[in-house]
Amino acid sequence: MGMASLDGALLDFKRLDQLATGNTPLHRLDPRAKVLVVLVFIISVISFNRYEVSALVPFFIFPLAMVSLGNLPAGYLARKIALLCPFALMVGVFNPLFDREILVHLGPVGISGGWISFASIIVRSVLTVGGALVLVGVTGFTSVCSALERMGMPQTFAVQLLFLYRYIFVLTEEGARMARARELRSFGRRGMEVRVFGSLVGHLLLRTWERAERIHLAMLCRGFRGEFHLRRPYRFGVPEILFITGWTALFILFRLVNVPALFGGWIMEMFR
Amino acid sequence: MHMADALLSPAVGGTMWAATAGMIAYSSRKVRQELDDRKVPLMGVLGAFLFAAQMINFSIPATGSSGHLGGGLLLTILLGPWAAFLTIASVLVVQALFFADGGLLALGCNVFNMGFIPAFIVYPLVYRRIAGKSPSQARLTTAIMISAIVGLQLGPFGVVLETWFSGISALPFSTFALLMQPIHLAIGIVEGVVTVAVVSFVFKARPEILHGALEAHPSGVRPLRAVAAAFLAAAILTGGIVSWFASKDPDGLEWAIARVTGTEALKGPEQGLHRALAGVQGKTAFLPDYSFRKPAEPQNGGVKPEGEARNGDADRLGTSVAGVVGVLMTLALALLAGFVLKKRKQSAC
Repeated sequence: MGMASLDGALLDFKRLDQLATGNTPLHRLDPRAKVLVVLVFIISVISFNRYEVSALVPFFIFPLAMVSLGNLPAGYLARKIALLCPFALMVGVFNPLFDREILVHLGPVGISGGWISFASIIVRSVLTVGGALVLVGVTGFTSVCSALERMGMPQTFAVQLLFLYRYIFVLTEEGARMARARELRSFGRRGMEVRVFGSLVGHLLLRTWERAERIHLAMLCRGFRGEFHLRRPYRFGVPEILFITGWTALFILFRLVNVPALFGGWIMEMFR
Repeated sequence: MHMADALLSPAVGGTMWAATAGMIAYSSRKVRQELDDRKVPLMGVLGAFLFAAQMINFSIPATGSSGHLGGGLLLTILLGPWAAFLTIASVLVVQALFFADGGLLALGCNVFNMGFIPAFIVYPLVYRRIAGKSPSQARLTTAIMISAIVGLQLGPFGVVLETWFSGISALPFSTFALLMQPIHLAIGIVEGVVTVAVVSFVFKARPEILHGALEAHPSGVRPLRAVAAAFLAAAILTGGIVSWFASKDPDGLEWAIARVTGTEALKGPEQGLHRALAGVQGKTAFLPDYSFRKPAEPQNGGVKPEGEARNGDADRLGTSVAGVVGVLMTLALALLAGFVLKKRKQSAC
């Protein structure tokens, strides 16, 4: 990882974090409603059989609507989605090799099952990754955690997640500074060996450890008793119920009816 | 080796989610009961440390490439199994939400492969057995190396199993395993070397941290074994329930059966079996819709009668063109809806 990409990754991370400070009606919804809807969305998307492509397409309406209503930067999210999960693509890319049975004929061209299922994996990846990013963008990590906690996640885990999140920014900056300083001092590859890495990261670890102890003492002084308090009091009202029932009904409809096939059928009828 | 949602079936993802959620609840209670409350901030900050440490690279000798610390084993050695399990789980939550490293439903699988395995299998059964109570540097090194390699063989094997049970990838089980295991043998060795480097530094600088971790659970092995058993039981139970519901969509199961019995065999003498299967599928299919059944047909049928294939060609051309047209139209409508929503919002502002 070069220096530029290192700082780039950090900036990228911060930008996604800041999206949640928006103040649209979508941002103001109870986070539990948004978490639930995204979970239903993901489960509906991945519950199709592996050769399904067309029936997945209507699901794009959800991330697109969230991007529009939540004022999220579409280009930025699209670039993030384009990175996808490399693991899914790596595994999926073997499908065309192992599954060569021709399933669909488009004129003279036969398309094998492997290519169809590979396309399906890509569409699924875009949708599920998009769903997760949109959730963070309109909710924010802290609120997702508080939603999960109110939905039954143990408090210890929630508090620990919030600690982790608060200190990621502090510590990654420290790590990035150390990495940059070392790279500037190491000409060629000297200084990049595991031996050097061991003491570098070891120092970082010990500093982190001591910092954690100081943080804890400071928090005790301020009256920390094992939980964080929220800035926004959330309430489960009519908008939340409408949001959940509306989207869930739509997802179930898309799951049961292949909308593109329906449309395509109508159009072909018209030209017949 | 982060599992992605795109490769999972709801049955596998849901099962692992439920089992992992139970483990997180149990570990949280354990951390609350047994340990001092200093540990919770320490866990959080050490999780953040993992992100920081991953920004620092090292060169791998004789390959010209560079690597970074994975850290699951390191956290387990420093924090002990319960706290480490929670910390790794929380790191994976952040990775899923911000870096698209593994999906939300895949979290269960990822926490199992990268958290449960090092904390509750490798740590008590390998690391503690070899390291003992007050290890020498050599013993510690051996314990860490072997633990890293074992952990990074079991984890990817979990990935292979989960992918295979989900049935979205067409990779045959053995091929997939043969791809994953050797790569992760190399990764395991590198992870071992790096972990040894960091742990020996800590061992020299602040030995009490490691001793504290080793003495924290004097009889740590037995309860952990009970936990592993409980986890398996929970997974099997939820798996059974989930798959009973999921069996309306027989694709995954049928695919697994086809793989187990071998695709070649299905074509020949076992006509009866897949005819029966096709019958079951016809009755139980979620929706008797062509888009659903047509693709599944050649898969379980293997070879189709020739006449039917010829007859079907013209028809299929029609349906696939209709499919493409429909997809384009739906996509256009979705984009249009997005634009309209955006426009309306802007004019309202």
